[in-house]
Amino acid sequence: MSDQKDEKKTNRRDFLFTATAAAGAVGVGAAVWPLVDQMNPDASVKALASTEVDVSSMQPGQSLTVLWRGKPVFIKRRTDDEIKKARAVDINDLKHPEKDEDRAKNPEWLVMLGICTHLGCVPLTDKGDYDGWFCPCHGSHYDTSGRIRKGPAPTNMEIPKYEFVNTNTIKIG
Amino acid sequence: MSDHEYTPSSKFGKWFNDRLPLLTLANHLTDYPTPKNLNYWWTFGGILTFCLITQIVTGLVLAMHYIAHADMAFSSVEHIMRDVNYGWLLRYVHANGASMFFLAVYIHIFRSLFYGSYKSPREIIWILGIIIYLLMMAAAFMGYVLPWGQMSFWGATVITNLFSAIPLVGESITTWLWGGYSVDNPTLTRFFTLHYLIPFLILGLVVLHIWALHVPGNNNPVGIDIKKPSKDTVPFHPYIVIKDAFALLMFCIVFALFVFYQPNILGHADNYIEADPLVTPAHIVPEWYLLPFYAILRSVPDKLMGVVAMLSAILILAALPWLDTSKVRSAVFRPLFRQFYWILVADVLILGYVGAMPAEGLYLLIARVATAYYFAHFLIILPVLGWKEKTTPLPLSITEPVLGGSPNLAAARSDEKIEKTIK
Repeated sequence: MSDQKDEKKTNRRDFLFTATAAAGAVGVGAAVWPLVDQMNPDASVKALASTEVDVSSMQPGQSLTVLWRGKPVFIKRRTDDEIKKARAVDINDLKHPEKDEDRAKNPEWLVMLGICTHLGCVPLTDKGDYDGWFCPCHGSHYDTSGRIRKGPAPTNMEIPKYEFVNTNTIKIG
Repeated sequence: MSDHEYTPSSKFGKWFNDRLPLLTLANHLTDYPTPKNLNYWWTFGGILTFCLITQIVTGLVLAMHYIAHADMAFSSVEHIMRDVNYGWLLRYVHANGASMFFLAVYIHIFRSLFYGSYKSPREIIWILGIIIYLLMMAAAFMGYVLPWGQMSFWGATVITNLFSAIPLVGESITTWLWGGYSVDNPTLTRFFTLHYLIPFLILGLVVLHIWALHVPGNNNPVGIDIKKPSKDTVPFHPYIVIKDAFALLMFCIVFALFVFYQPNILGHADNYIEADPLVTPAHIVPEWYLLPFYAILRSVPDKLMGVVAMLSAILILAALPWLDTSKVRSAVFRPLFRQFYWILVADVLILGYVGAMPAEGLYLLIARVATAYYFAHFLIILPVLGWKEKTTPLPLSITEPVLGGSPNLAAARSDEKIEKTIK
C-alpha cells in the first residue's frame, strides 16, 4: 500500500471507484425519481382536461366565471364599446404587446384564464383604471382585452385553448 | 464540554454510564458553566424550546381529529372547535402558539444582533438558527393552509406562485408543488404531511444548535471571551434554570392572555369562510410574523426581482458573521453600531406595518425606502462601521468592572443603561 501512495497516475482501482460511484448515482437517481414524480398531477387530475359551457343566455356586457382544471375561466360577451376600446390601443404602449384581434378571434367573446399573472389571485371584473379587470391583491390593472396595463403583473391574462362547438357552446381545453 | 471527569456515585449508575454515558451528558448539562451576567434577553432559548414542545404536543392531538381533505378540512376544524373535548383550547393554543413562537424567535434573533452573538466562534450556531427560522416559516405557512379557509387557500396560492417567477422551469415547479393546475386537494394532503414532518426536523436542528452552543459556551452582555469555569461563570443548574423558569412563567402569562381573551386577534376573519377558488378576498395579508418580508416582496415592481429580494432579505442574515467586520461583539462598546441597531429595529417594524397596508401611494414609497435601508444596513453600514467606528475599551473580565477600582467603570454603567432602555 505505502509503496503505491506516491503514485499519482490513475490506475485500475481509480477506474473501479469511478465506475462504482457512477453506477451508484444512477441507481439512487432511479430510486428517487418515483418519490419526486408522485407529486406531479395524477391521472385523475389530468382526466378533467376539458369543460363545455353553455353561453346561450349571455347578453352583451355580461360575464361568466367557470371552473376549469380548478382554475377560474372568465367568459365575457363584450359590448361594442369595450371592443372598440380594446382595439384602439397602440400596441407599442403595452407591457406585453398582444393585439386584441389575436386574443379574441371572435371579437364579441373574450375567453381567458381568470388568474392574475402576478401571484395567482382572481381579478375583479369591470374594475380598475382601464375598465377591464383589477386584481385586489397587489393592484394590477387589466384592460377590456385582459392585457396588463398597470401594476406588478408581468404578462397579460392567459388565453386557454378553446373553441365554439356550436354557436351556443364553448369547449375549454 | 465539562473539564472535569464525571463518575456516577451509585454502582448501577456507573455500570450504566460505562455502557451509555447519559449520566455524563446530564451532568454536563447541569454543571455547564454559564456567564454570570446573562440578562433576561438570554432566557428566550429556553422559552423557544417550550414553544416547540407545545406546538408538537398540541399538533399531535389536533391531528387525531383533523381530516386533510379539501371537502372535509374546514368542517373538521369546526368539529374540533365545537365537538371535541377541549378542542377549542387545543386549537387556540396551537394557533396562538405559532405567533408566540415567532415573537420569541424575533426577540432571540435581535438579542443576537445586539450582543454580536453571531460572531466568531459562534457562526455555525447562528447559521443553524437561520435554518431553523426558515423551517419555522415553512411550517407556519403550511399549517395556516390546513383549516382550508379563504386566507388559507389564497395565501397558499400567492406563496406557491412565487416559484412561478423562476425563469423557464417556474411553471413546472408550481404544478409539481400543487399536484394539479391550482391549489387543490393534492396540495392540502402534502402540506399536511410536511407540516407534520418539519417540527421534528426543527427538533433535530435544535439539538445541533445547542450542541454547537456548548462548544464555545454562551456569549454574554459584555461580549468578551471568558474562562470556563471561573469566577465569571455560574453552573447552569440552579442559577440559569431558575431564571429561565421565571421568564418562562412571565411569557406564559402573555401566551394565556391571547389564548383565553383574544384568541382570534392575530388571525383574519376571512379564514372563517371556507376556501373558494372563484373568489379572492379583497385584501390578502399573511400572518403578522411574515409581514416585513411581504412588504419587501411588494416593494419591487418586477415579479422575479421581488421574489429574489424577499429571499435575499432572509439569506443575507446567514452571511452576517462575515458582513459585520467589527471585532467587538457587544453593542455596549460600539456607540455608533448601537444607533444603527435601533434604526434597523425601527426599519423592520415599519416594513411590518406597511406589509399589512395596501401596496399603493405613500405606503409603497415607505416600503421601498425601508427595503433599501434594510439591505444597506447589512451590505454597506455594517462592513464600513467595522473599520471606521471607535469602540470603547473592553473590560478584562465580567467581574473586573463590578469590583471597582477599574478604569472601565463607565463601560459597565452604560451597559446597565442600555439594559434599562431595551427593557
